[in-house]
Amino acid sequence: MIIATNVTKRFSKLTVLDNVSATCNKGQTISLIGPNGSGKTTFIKCLLGMVVPDSGFITFNQQNIAHNWLYRSNIGYMPQIGRYPENMTIAQVLDMMKDIRKHSAGPLDEELIQLFKLDGMMNKRMGTLSGGTRQKVSASLAFLFNPDVLILDEPTAGLDPLSTEILKDKIRKEKQQGKLVLITSHILSDLDDIVTEVIYMEEGKLRFHKSLTQLQEDTGENKLSRAIAHVMAAAK
Amino acid sequence: MKKIIKYVLLDLLRNRIIIAFTVFLAVISFSVFNLEDNPSKGILSLLNLVLIIVPLVSIVFSTIYVYNAAEFIELLVSQPLRRVNIWLSIFTGLASSMCVAFLVGCGLPVLIYAPTDVGLMMTAMGLLLTIVFVSIALLASVLTRDKAKGIGVAILLWFYFTLIFDGIVLFLLFQFMDYPMEKPMVVFSCLNPVDLARILILLKLDISALMGATSAIFSNFFGNQWGMAATVLIMIAWAFTPLWWSVRKFNRKDL
Repeated sequence: MIIATNVTKRFSKLTVLDNVSATCNKGQTISLIGPNGSGKTTFIKCLLGMVVPDSGFITFNQQNIAHNWLYRSNIGYMPQIGRYPENMTIAQVLDMMKDIRKHSAGPLDEELIQLFKLDGMMNKRMGTLSGGTRQKVSASLAFLFNPDVLILDEPTAGLDPLSTEILKDKIRKEKQQGKLVLITSHILSDLDDIVTEVIYMEEGKLRFHKSLTQLQEDTGENKLSRAIAHVMAAAK
Repeated sequence: MKKIIKYVLLDLLRNRIIIAFTVFLAVISFSVFNLEDNPSKGILSLLNLVLIIVPLVSIVFSTIYVYNAAEFIELLVSQPLRRVNIWLSIFTGLASSMCVAFLVGCGLPVLIYAPTDVGLMMTAMGLLLTIVFVSIALLASVLTRDKAKGIGVAILLWFYFTLIFDGIVLFLLFQFMDYPMEKPMVVFSCLNPVDLARILILLKLDISALMGATSAIFSNFFGNQWGMAATVLIMIAWAFTPLWWSVRKFNRKDL
């Protein structure tokens, strides 16, 4: 569904992405793992066209995404740090997004808005929200349009345990509907039971891309966090 | 695209700075016309407002607005929208609201108290200058990532167009005093939209005779209809070249 081929990105002298190639297919739940600054977020931003790669290309459903914008209507994106116009209220942001995306195919998925109890504070301004509430808004927006692909950048950072569970349940639900879910997260224990594939990145390079079962076999560890720790230790 | 313009305009309205700017312009314009008996003297006093304050506010406000809208732009870019449309909508929103502010604050009093050729010309030039400086502001803000640097660049550009450029022209004039400089002066003035606007307004006023020999050449060139049309075209080019360049830059910008 998404195929990245030899994507390279430099910010002045720093090479953030170094020849990254990856294939992501429908129905998979892929976890992007790697130390801080390994290029996970930049890779995600490349997929969304927010960062333009220096070389290499990315295709979405066999179409090159460069100079293309319509493909983004199939993606729900939850940024690491959700930044919204400070003056707008939650309701206004939601209305604006609905207005802009001209949603036509099927009903809106407002389940998360209800589960996160956002409808009670629709008139609060974005500038006054706490980090966690902002994450809830970001998550609700990502799922709102029933997209085929969900890209979640650190979805559970800043969420309380209860909300984390709600979000994980929601991800599981979407996964069962055969959607492609891309998650980056530091909190590996969150991912154990959701993830089917693991992409491990380090210093802008893609170290490996394996299925979870394969990784468990290779490392002899059952838990994802232990397996990754094993890989990181072996690399040193 | 219409929808994005709508949200940009809503955001600008909530901002209130534009409304304050309108009131400021209106207060100055009305008081100038009420202080002077002769409306063309009033126009002369307003000339500096149009040539200096309007470009300054347009460029500084637009630059700051674009930096403050960084979150909004980031949000839009991750949506199924063309980048060109996002950028042009921001330009349209900013330019149209600044133009309305100028039209209400300055154009209206001018057209009430001095509905002459000069008044019309000044209103038209004010509008064009507003658009030119909004577009330069967009270029300045897309070229620099750092907010403080971007605003600094915007203020420097304003300085350049209103003061430094005239200094350079004067310097050249003195250096080449022995040569006929009238024709090169026409070319020089095309390099600065503020100068162009000033010349066009002054030529409509009677005092253009005070400018001496250069004025004769100027009225020969700018005074007739073709010259006027050419100047307006140059002004429009001044508005759209920076905009076009900023669109190209924004298309490749990493957010």
